[in-house]
Amino acid sequence: MSSGIGVPVKRKEDKRFTTGKGKYTDDIRKDNQAYAAFVRSPHAHAKVKGIDASAALAMDGVIEVLDGHQLTGDGIGNIICGWAVNSKDGSPMNMGAWSALATEKVRYVGDAVAVVIAETQGLARIAAEAVEVDYEALPVIAHVMNAMTDGAVQIHENAPGNQIFDWELGDEAATDAGLAGAAHVTSIDITNNRLSPNPMEPRSAVATYDDAEEHYTLYTTSQNPHVARLVLSAFYNVAAENKLRVIAPDVGGGFGAKIYIYPEEITCLWASMKTNRSVKWTSDRAEAFITDAHGRDHVTTAKMGFDENNKIVGFKVDTVANLGAYMSLFSSSVPTYLYAPLLSGQYDIQNIHCNVRTYYTNTVPVDAYRGAGRPEATYVVERMMETAARELGMDPAELRRINFVQSFPHQTPILMAYDAGDFPKILGMAQSAADVAGFAARKAEAASRGKLRGMGYSTFIEACGLAPSKAAGSLGAGVGLWESAEVRVNPVGSIEILTGSHSHGQGHETTFAQIVADRFDIPIESVNIVHGDTDKVQFGMGTYGSRSAPVGMSAVVKAMDKVEAKVKKIAAHTLEASEDDIVIEGGEVKVAGTDKAMAWHEVGLAAYIAHNLPDGMEPGLKETAFFDPVNFSFPSGAFICEVEVDPDTGETEIIKFTAADDFGTIINPLIVDGQVHGGVTQGIGQAMLEQVIYDDDGQLLTGSYMDYTMPRAADVPSYDVSHMEDQPSPNNPLGVKGCGEAGAIGSPPAVINAITDAIGNNDLAMPATPQAVWRAIQAAKPVAAE
Amino acid sequence: MYPVKYHKATSIADAVAALSAGDDATILAGGQTLLATMKQHLADPSDLVDIRSIDGMAGVSAAGNVLTIGAATTHADVAGNADVQKLCPALAELASHIGDPAVRNMGTIGGSIANNDPAADYPAAMLALNATIVTNTREVAADDFFDGLFGTALDDGEIITAVKVTAPSKAAYAKFAQQASLFALVGVFVADGAGGVRVAVTGAGEDGVFRQSGMEAALASGWSEAALDGVAASEDGLMSDLHGSADYRAHLIGVMAKRAVAAA
Amino acid sequence: MTTINMTVNGKAVSGDVPDQTLLSEFLRENLRLTGTHVGCDTSQCGACVVHINGKPVKSCSTLAASLDGADVKTIEGVSNGELHPMQQAFNDNHGLQCGFCTPGMIMTSIDMVERYKAAGKDLTSDAIRAELEGNICRCTGYHNIVKSIEDAAAKM
Repeated sequence: MSSGIGVPVKRKEDKRFTTGKGKYTDDIRKDNQAYAAFVRSPHAHAKVKGIDASAALAMDGVIEVLDGHQLTGDGIGNIICGWAVNSKDGSPMNMGAWSALATEKVRYVGDAVAVVIAETQGLARIAAEAVEVDYEALPVIAHVMNAMTDGAVQIHENAPGNQIFDWELGDEAATDAGLAGAAHVTSIDITNNRLSPNPMEPRSAVATYDDAEEHYTLYTTSQNPHVARLVLSAFYNVAAENKLRVIAPDVGGGFGAKIYIYPEEITCLWASMKTNRSVKWTSDRAEAFITDAHGRDHVTTAKMGFDENNKIVGFKVDTVANLGAYMSLFSSSVPTYLYAPLLSGQYDIQNIHCNVRTYYTNTVPVDAYRGAGRPEATYVVERMMETAARELGMDPAELRRINFVQSFPHQTPILMAYDAGDFPKILGMAQSAADVAGFAARKAEAASRGKLRGMGYSTFIEACGLAPSKAAGSLGAGVGLWESAEVRVNPVGSIEILTGSHSHGQGHETTFAQIVADRFDIPIESVNIVHGDTDKVQFGMGTYGSRSAPVGMSAVVKAMDKVEAKVKKIAAHTLEASEDDIVIEGGEVKVAGTDKAMAWHEVGLAAYIAHNLPDGMEPGLKETAFFDPVNFSFPSGAFICEVEVDPDTGETEIIKFTAADDFGTIINPLIVDGQVHGGVTQGIGQAMLEQVIYDDDGQLLTGSYMDYTMPRAADVPSYDVSHMEDQPSPNNPLGVKGCGEAGAIGSPPAVINAITDAIGNNDLAMPATPQAVWRAIQAAKPVAAE
Repeated sequence: MYPVKYHKATSIADAVAALSAGDDATILAGGQTLLATMKQHLADPSDLVDIRSIDGMAGVSAAGNVLTIGAATTHADVAGNADVQKLCPALAELASHIGDPAVRNMGTIGGSIANNDPAADYPAAMLALNATIVTNTREVAADDFFDGLFGTALDDGEIITAVKVTAPSKAAYAKFAQQASLFALVGVFVADGAGGVRVAVTGAGEDGVFRQSGMEAALASGWSEAALDGVAASEDGLMSDLHGSADYRAHLIGVMAKRAVAAA
Repeated sequence: MTTINMTVNGKAVSGDVPDQTLLSEFLRENLRLTGTHVGCDTSQCGACVVHINGKPVKSCSTLAASLDGADVKTIEGVSNGELHPMQQAFNDNHGLQCGFCTPGMIMTSIDMVERYKAAGKDLTSDAIRAELEGNICRCTGYHNIVKSIEDAAAKM
């Protein structure tokens, strides 16, 4: 089949994007549209003593200036974190109040206190500067390790010591005992650098209020429009769900940053009602840096013990996580349930304990960014394995191999039940592709040119397709983590698939169509995907956590099962055969072994004309399904990075990056490879280029692309990507595991392991900028004898 | 952006008049820095006087071994000009690495020099090549032109019309880019030319571009990488910021100087 | 306000705009040619690249008022009924994901290939990566963008 499962089908959606006909939120212009600009705090921490909007209101073209007192006065609710995590003593997390427009206090630079609505965007921004806010500056906590010190200023009233929760996973006593009896213990202190997601399309919202219908419409840059509507309705009291339509049209990348419902969307909706105008807000890049949720920002110490055979006997991890000034929508889950359960990696470890303390700081809220917790866990585990191998004098691949999980299913001591995999095989694939055998010769050749070569590994596991709902609920999730689908076969046989998954670059319009074309053996051109509109699709949980294939597609498969059953009934009835003998192939529905057949479209027509259906059968051919997986899926992989360092400058070049992945069944290798390329590049960005830096006053120093380094084409190599497909996931009908995050999860330790190998110094923090690498080289030089 | 009034000057006199008429008028020569600054509300000029259409402002001419480069000549045109490539290939090479291809099609040499960004490339070249900055009123030696961060010897209403460069016998520029902006973290231009042996450093100085006299003396006594051995750049007066501290910049000056000498 | 007349994608257009109007704003808001995107404020991301008088420039860093009489080509003017080989190559090689940077990437890439061909220079993958220094993509990791440009270069 030319467009079925496993075929590198070229993307159906590309034509509109390559010709400039994509329709992103900022491309939408409503009649009667006005523009919002936010008045934002220049202080990281301050009391708001007064707001004087008179000068702004006096400007010709300024429609309204609205503040937080008006917003809360109208009953707009506080922004919430939707995942309840309790401390180990059983106490609930300390969630501080977060109003979309701050009233009494601002808690980070960029915290909004008011909004200006004006006739043009330029005017709105100028008028926002004319709003005078009287602030009383307060002491600032800009860095997480300062949040817990005695006497530190308290950011939220209900969070003593600025702690949000003190959480643990695993058996501490058993882990301590394992470490106590170890023949060797390796300790590491590492920081997981804070990042800004930076989808290239800045966030944007266009809100319209229809006063006759008392109905709102919101176009927004969202990865999950239904969740946005749910939260806007149930928690923020903007409007009842039946009075609110949320549309996420073409969305220019998300990477987590577009999961959350931010102050701006809430405010635009409310302001559209207050002004009876359509209200548009589009972030610029500077605003994106101070409003889009940041990612990562962990400080960790870890110990791993090995017995005399170099088998792991205990792994203890202590992590401090910075959640920023407020708890964003899924912020609590990222350093807990998306992090600690992954600390077993690909290894059979009987004793693991992880303690995580989270704190408020006067910085932008921190939430999920591509990988979300799993990159942080992988970085701890894989830096640990490489460092331990060096201490033990072992080949780092061999140390991994002897500790690999060998049989499945495998229950870790920290919640996870790995479903399927073959870690030695994947590692072998990567080693062969990376020509590990030839590395020594390449290193010698580089040395002859005065360059330092290094090689680093990362063998990682992730948990994708967050599920099942019941388990997530028992761990504190405020939502279910299923997905829905509707399969509509039209009377002419063409098909529309309605899905709650959302594509913002992933290519769903192609891959979802592939599984339908594959199942019903019809041309892919006759399948269309409908998504991103709460008026069209009944409900859905959206796209994040590599869940669209394992969960979203599975819902489609379930709905297709129902369609197929009905198609077979109709065909059996029409062709006077047994349902069991009906097969669907070649565009026909036929009786196996005979020449009796109906064209595919004839079945569709029969269902809708309904002149001759089996007794009791409802007309039509449309089925819906909700899929709630029984478990996560567990993609795994082995990455090998080879670098060359210029010792004169500290500049590092990635010579070769090899990625061997197990994603289970692959729907479209073109698209899967693209996900790996992009994910690895973001991981290389984290490892070598990117870092959000605040000064001690809480001012963001990396607030534009002049100071925050985005990976460019010349910063990264072309990649060697391969896949193992013989261990499909048993937990969903397609056997898929999810591929969106693997690259970002697995790559940072591979890069740092390679650089530290090259320079002979394990003490190197991310990002490994030329200056950082140069310093690590200097520090590693033996002190010359006088 | 704040409202601004745009003038397309048709002559130097027209430009001078527009500059003096505005409350806070400024020259638009390419706008690749100025417009970004205005977009971020960090600049609020009353008037923009576009000098690019003035006859003779753009283009390169060569007389003997002297290049005259019009102020409104784009980086791309400097990089691609046959006379520049022949008489001062180091300058063409430098221009070919400013910004990116689209920026090079709009940014101009005059605009870059007048802005004197402490991390810009051209100021190092002007200083090392002992260039002459030609304005509507006078000619100024590069040594006397650059004045601290973003400062120049330009008077109000004074407009750079061209720069004059005498072909050096040897010259090269080595840049170590700041990774985010791609401006110079450290850029070193070395030249042996009309002004003798010169080494000019951009990206590193707290007061902007400067000449490295120790390296100049070392290279004057023998043009080789080895001549620079032991000539450590002091970190005094060098910038420390999130992209590089003074000691790293000082170290890079030595590395880049050697690379430039080797390439010259 | 300044009245500007220019040719955009082969058609004469005109408009009265405030002097501070950027070309990107004039294209998007006045002409409703929304294929030109704006992804940063500092002239670095390249999503806004268009051709002015045959040369790629960043439309977010160019005043519309300064372009009276100019010949502008945007992503909407690249295809002539059939997709341009560069557009086709991006589709064939999966050179785009979310599509937001794609218009600028294609405008930069078309110029890149034409310039190298005119100069008789070999457009190696290293050269392509260096030439893309003014265009940022967050999705693709550039691997398939480089492939797309190599593919188109062979067909242009």
